[in-house]
Amino acid sequence: MSLIRISSPHAHGATSTSSVMRQVLLATLPGIAVLTYFFGFGTLVNVLWACLVGVACETLAVSLRGHSPGFYLKDYSVLVTSVLLGIALPPYAPWWLIGIGVAAAVLMAKHLYGGLGFNPFNPAMVGYVVLLISFPVQMTAWAPPRGLAEVPGLWQALQACFLPASYDAVTMATPLDVLRQNDGLLMEDLWQQTAQFGRWAGIGWEWANLAFLAGGAWLLYRRIFTWHAPLAMLGALALMAALFYDGGSSASGGSPLFHLLSGATMFGAFFIVTDPVSSAVSVRGRLVFGALIGVLVYLIRVWGNYPDAVAFAVLIANFAAPFIDHYTQPRSYGHRKTGGKP
Amino acid sequence: MAELIAQYPLLAALVALVGLGAPFGALLGFAAVRFRTEGNPIVDQINAVLPQTQCGQCGYPGCRPYAEAIANGEAINKCPPGGEAGIQALADLLDVEAPPLDAEHGEEKVKSVAFIREDECIGCTKCIQACPVDAILGAAKQMHTVIVSECTGCDLCVEPCPVDCIDMIPLAEGLQAWHWRLPEPASRNLDIIATDSEPTERAA
Amino acid sequence: MRRVYGFHGGIHPAENKHQSLRSPIRDAGIPPQLTLPLSQHIGAPSRPLVQVGERVLKGQMIAEASGYVSVPLHAPSSGTIAAIEDRPIPHPSGLSAPCIVIDCDGRDEWIEHSGVADFRDCEATELLELIRSAGIAGMGGAGFPAAVKLAGKPGASIRTLIINGTECEPYITADDILMQERATEILEGIAILRHLLRPEDVLLGVEDNKPAAIAALEAAAAGTGVEVVTFPTKYPSGGEKQLIEILTGKQVPSGGLPADIGIVCQNVGTAVAVSDAILRGRPLLSRITTVTGEAVAEPQNFEVLLGTPMQYLLDLAGFRPERCERLVMGGPMMGFTLAGTQVPVVKTSNCLLAPGVTELPAPPPAQSCIRCGLCAEACPASLLPQQLFWFAQGKEFEKLEQHNLFDCIECGACSWVCPSHIPLVQYYRASKAEILLLRRDHERAEQARLRFEARQARIAREEEEREAKRAARKQAAEKRAQLAAAEGGEDPIQAAIERAKAKKAAQQANGDTASPAPAVAPLDALRQKLAKSEQRLAQGREAGEDAKIINALEATVTRLQGKLAEAEADAASATEAETR
Repeated sequence: MSLIRISSPHAHGATSTSSVMRQVLLATLPGIAVLTYFFGFGTLVNVLWACLVGVACETLAVSLRGHSPGFYLKDYSVLVTSVLLGIALPPYAPWWLIGIGVAAAVLMAKHLYGGLGFNPFNPAMVGYVVLLISFPVQMTAWAPPRGLAEVPGLWQALQACFLPASYDAVTMATPLDVLRQNDGLLMEDLWQQTAQFGRWAGIGWEWANLAFLAGGAWLLYRRIFTWHAPLAMLGALALMAALFYDGGSSASGGSPLFHLLSGATMFGAFFIVTDPVSSAVSVRGRLVFGALIGVLVYLIRVWGNYPDAVAFAVLIANFAAPFIDHYTQPRSYGHRKTGGKP
Repeated sequence: MAELIAQYPLLAALVALVGLGAPFGALLGFAAVRFRTEGNPIVDQINAVLPQTQCGQCGYPGCRPYAEAIANGEAINKCPPGGEAGIQALADLLDVEAPPLDAEHGEEKVKSVAFIREDECIGCTKCIQACPVDAILGAAKQMHTVIVSECTGCDLCVEPCPVDCIDMIPLAEGLQAWHWRLPEPASRNLDIIATDSEPTERAA
Repeated sequence: MRRVYGFHGGIHPAENKHQSLRSPIRDAGIPPQLTLPLSQHIGAPSRPLVQVGERVLKGQMIAEASGYVSVPLHAPSSGTIAAIEDRPIPHPSGLSAPCIVIDCDGRDEWIEHSGVADFRDCEATELLELIRSAGIAGMGGAGFPAAVKLAGKPGASIRTLIINGTECEPYITADDILMQERATEILEGIAILRHLLRPEDVLLGVEDNKPAAIAALEAAAAGTGVEVVTFPTKYPSGGEKQLIEILTGKQVPSGGLPADIGIVCQNVGTAVAVSDAILRGRPLLSRITTVTGEAVAEPQNFEVLLGTPMQYLLDLAGFRPERCERLVMGGPMMGFTLAGTQVPVVKTSNCLLAPGVTELPAPPPAQSCIRCGLCAEACPASLLPQQLFWFAQGKEFEKLEQHNLFDCIECGACSWVCPSHIPLVQYYRASKAEILLLRRDHERAEQARLRFEARQARIAREEEEREAKRAARKQAAEKRAQLAAAEGGEDPIQAAIERAKAKKAAQQANGDTASPAPAVAPLDALRQKLAKSEQRLAQGREAGEDAKIINALEATVTRLQGKLAEAEADAASATEAETR
């Protein structure tokens, strides 16, 4: 009889990396559904095409590194990256735009750094920023929501993606964009003058944010991540908005509720900020990390040059993560202070 | 003066640069004199990395002379007892490439200690004189013995022995020396079944 | 009701304790042969006191403690010493170590023994000596000599005695069943420990998943002042540091001992062993071992003699080898795998786990760490396991120490929760070992450096002294020369130089060159050495030296001749091969 000899522990819990990734994918569904309802099939086509390109890039990269792709594809991490990027891109984006974004995310941000677990930056956000800087026109053209224009069907969405030359796109500024370009008005005037505003924030946007919040809450309930980073980000964002809100002028950047339900706030808080690889590791570290992103998002939205800011804020915070880690090492058992000897 | 400067911008730049350079240079010069460090700490740092075997295989009479030589530009790959790990540590310290061990000065061997076959020892004290760390105990015409805990395994005592009674015995690799090894890097054992790879060796 | 505190992290693995609790403790009997490793505890191995072939009685001391942190060893049954040699022992390495092997005669004949009449009359030192000579080493699994722990630090008074009946590891029920069946003996042992340490509080900590044991203990402890404290089940609440935090809210300082904060912790099994030793004069000869897992037909607890082969124990429990591909001593979280079934039961063998292939499947290949932080949430020492893993991979030892690697208790909670199935504990164990090795090497190098420098200084001093003497002599000679010159005689220095010159000229004429040829080929070196030895031999004979020295020199000459012949033959064959 031959016996295996391995190090303890011999028992293992049931969680696995792939199940974590699968649950993250599931949790994006409500958000995708709401986006599809309000803005048509563009997001869905984005996501599906991004997944295809993502899997192809992953297979290529893993094969080039001399491993068998099957094992790596099974951790679903590339699908998560692709889906998140697909959601973040404007609907009805052309195929090449999505392709370049996903390739930048998977090949450059992930595999050039050594693959899953070694990337210092959030791959989806790297892909997004690469596109935003390279193709600002395409990246800031967002479709009008249901009620303000005809919502394109699946066929039109496919046409927009794969035959962009023959598709006549209808675009409209996003509420955050509107706010940034008009800073001499009162919020009330904005609400009356522009059609994009709904109950609390932009039409469609408010519901998409709530849907991502619901998905995030489910992930929290499933203990996929802890509440620290997302809540710190939302809290910091709300706090900044409350501090600088003067009750109604558009120069003040809008109310806390408007910020929480606008743009990529909830999507970022629960699906981007919570990316464990590129964030800080300790509990205190994640609080600082999240809060830093919240503050940066507000700063860039209100005084920066871009209408939304989650991607930039996350990348800057990624830079800061090792630094945050260094100063937020928890107090270990039997030590008086954090880190080092007691 | 101001007009002259306004007329020739080059002059302005010149004045500014000289004006900045002179005081800063003076400041640096003052600091160099005022805060001069005593001695040459790099030699001590190098010496701390060397294994202190004092075997002389590097061609220097002991570790410190070799440390001094390294500080003056000698190659860092002449220390077989330090081995590749030692060269790596020196390379890190001095911020240079780590060359492979220079085979001319010997090979990296298992750590060993000297052992005197005591019934053959004639008490000539030649080994005592050769030992760089005074790890051999004995007197003229008395049997000698090695203090194992002090022996660095340099084997300098083997050659002088007229009756050839000193052996180098490798240090035991028994239960006391056993310890867990790092698992194989995660990425490497992916394509094989986990149970067939290190550290999951199968034992009969 | 005492307040119970919590500790950071922890996990809830499947307990699997009911399987082995269905039947009472069973006596495993006397196997034909017992193998007793000399090192069953932390500290120096014990020293054998018996010879091969000697007959020993049950309870006879067969090996003595060899140092302060060491314990003696006793014959668990009567018989003859069959061997004292290296045998495989239960150790993660699977290596062998010195063991005393006893062929049992089955008569189980006791040596004369008796307990003390009343332990309350005994001095603490006397009781400690009895505990020490009974060979008791921590029965919880670590195997630290009990007497050393009880002696504590001089000057540190013990305020709290904690008896550990937690047994938080899945599968193991040895302590549970002991508490159920032998609660009175545990309390007897506690009474002795109380007398010894005189603590203010005595707390008996038990997890709330052992209702039968709690009931038995509470019944036995009623009126004794021993408080049975129950707390929620969570792994690893049975770790000494964690239990102390649960019961007192205090943390043992890093690198310190529980005694530093006035606490001593002992296992319930140790308490029973102490009562056996003091009250009945029986040294530690047997222990309770859980044999469980799907690969045995009847999981249960055995009272088993130390040294019993695992195979014997497995057979008693109905071992089904075809179902088993891994054998673990200890629990599934901290136990280690055994290399074979012939290794013996030792003082720390609380469990023998023979899991079925599907019960504890081999871990899948490790995936990349995604730094999810589950490990940091689970770590009972509040470490950052994902960072430690990162640094361990890169062998960044300084960083590892900065992140308190040495506070890791290797409980395995981090590996258990790891979604990427990384063998984290192995990384930490290997890194700890490597750091300790480096530290030792560094210490040795430092010592060698100091000795080298001391020697250099000594040589320099001697040289200086010689120089001073020479200078003094020279001065004296000059003075004499001056005197002589003043008296008009011949200059003695000049005369001496003349004489030396003449002698050297004569030597050169004889062709006796003093400078040796540089040692180039090993062959020449050998020849030279041989010549040297022969010369030395001739000199020795002339001078009529000791017979021993002459003999040694003769032996050397013959050996060198042999070596030379060999080397010459080698060289010849080499040149032959070359010419061919």
